[in-house]
Amino acid sequence: MSSIGTGYDLSVTTFSPDGRVFQIEYAAKAVDNSGTVIGIKCKDGVVMGVEKLITSKMMLPRSNRRIHSIHRHSGMAVAGLAADGRQIVARAKGEASSYESTYGEGIPVKELAGRVANYVHLCTLYWWLRPFGCGVILGGYDRDGPQLYMIEPSGISYRYFGAAIGKGKQAAKTEIEKLQLSEMTCREGVIEVAKIIYKVHDEAKDKAFELEMSWVCEESKRLHEKVPDELLEEAKAAARLALEEMDAD
Amino acid sequence: MDSLNLDEPHSMGTTIIGVTYDGGVVLGADSRTSTGVYVANRASDKITQLTDNVYVCRSGSAADSQIVSDYVRYFLHQHTIQLGQPATVKVAANLVRLLSYNNKNMLQTGLIVGGWDKYEGGKIYGIPLGGTILEQPFAIGGSGSSYLYGFFDQAWKEGMTKEEAESLMVKAVSLAIARDGASGGVVRTVTINADGVTRNFYPGDTLPLWHEEIPAQNSLLDILSAPSPEPMSM
Repeated sequence: MSSIGTGYDLSVTTFSPDGRVFQIEYAAKAVDNSGTVIGIKCKDGVVMGVEKLITSKMMLPRSNRRIHSIHRHSGMAVAGLAADGRQIVARAKGEASSYESTYGEGIPVKELAGRVANYVHLCTLYWWLRPFGCGVILGGYDRDGPQLYMIEPSGISYRYFGAAIGKGKQAAKTEIEKLQLSEMTCREGVIEVAKIIYKVHDEAKDKAFELEMSWVCEESKRLHEKVPDELLEEAKAAARLALEEMDAD
Repeated sequence: MDSLNLDEPHSMGTTIIGVTYDGGVVLGADSRTSTGVYVANRASDKITQLTDNVYVCRSGSAADSQIVSDYVRYFLHQHTIQLGQPATVKVAANLVRLLSYNNKNMLQTGLIVGGWDKYEGGKIYGIPLGGTILEQPFAIGGSGSSYLYGFFDQAWKEGMTKEEAESLMVKAVSLAIARDGASGGVVRTVTINADGVTRNFYPGDTLPLWHEEIPAQNSLLDILSAPSPEPMSM
């Protein structure tokens, strides 16, 4: 819902009369205009996928990664302003690293999400700092099992079974809700995520896109890594097939 | 007496031991704190609580080991609040070793961290003088431990019951007390498992007598319980 701030939207340290901080809402718009990013928590792990919109034919495939490993056991998929996302990833890596140096064990996913959220929120408190123009989906596997968190530009962080941000988030959320996540393995989840991303991709508005996916699950030995190539190809093929079947109706 | 220098730093000559058993850990120690040859405290408690589920055995300088324990207890408390659940034994041990290692030039304390957490069960971590951390099925430390290496090589076995572990512990500490002048007093043990923490106390006269040891006679305690002398009449 867009509404004009008129005067109350010039600074992130200004509330509007109806209690909103418009700058933060505008930051969220930056996320809404980016390619779709999805994360799902299956019974044995987490799968994340990104619709990487290709702005130029000269771009090298597999470059401009949108999913980053924060630590051995956790990864982050970024939507919105890519440069802002880089900062958040760097900060998360620093937090994970310093936690392990101090406490001698890998940072729990909940703790990492909390620290990232704190940092993102910090940047909404000062007039000389602008909010991050990116949303982040954080997936990890620690001693308490697989977990999925989403952190928004406002600094809000919640734990999810399935989350989506970006252009196609509404359609993606509808599709995710149809899935039986508690019975799904990550292997099956990879196929489903690919299908959803292909489905919500708007052929008319954006031409080409590249699908980037990662997982952290039992099969990956609880390490966050790119989905193996042959599974990725299998997922893409299944997604294209599903699209054709839909179009054929 | 020039050997009785009461300004010497308090040191815990000590025998400290930590042992894992099937389901938890048992920590044990003697109770002698010495200032040179003077026994400053003959009933000290060298097994200190860090959290509900993690305890540490202290040896070496009494002051140094106490300050390290205090700092770690403070950090662990904050960590527990942040995490929302009890800290693991590994985290406690890591915090101890960071302090020991980073201040190695100033500290002289050997520590044995032991406890139980829901992820790893019972664990023992030995953290000797320089700040090394080593996870072990059992650990011994302090001046009295020199006399126990051979004993444990022979007597230790994997998968003991709680009772076996505790009696092994008491036997070991009392053997060390028999040979090490800087260890003595009573034997204290702390058992930690899924059900919680149990403290036990074995006074000197309940300990077995070893080779060439004579039963306590005319001990200080008898003198204390003797009636006061009658005033002399002039």
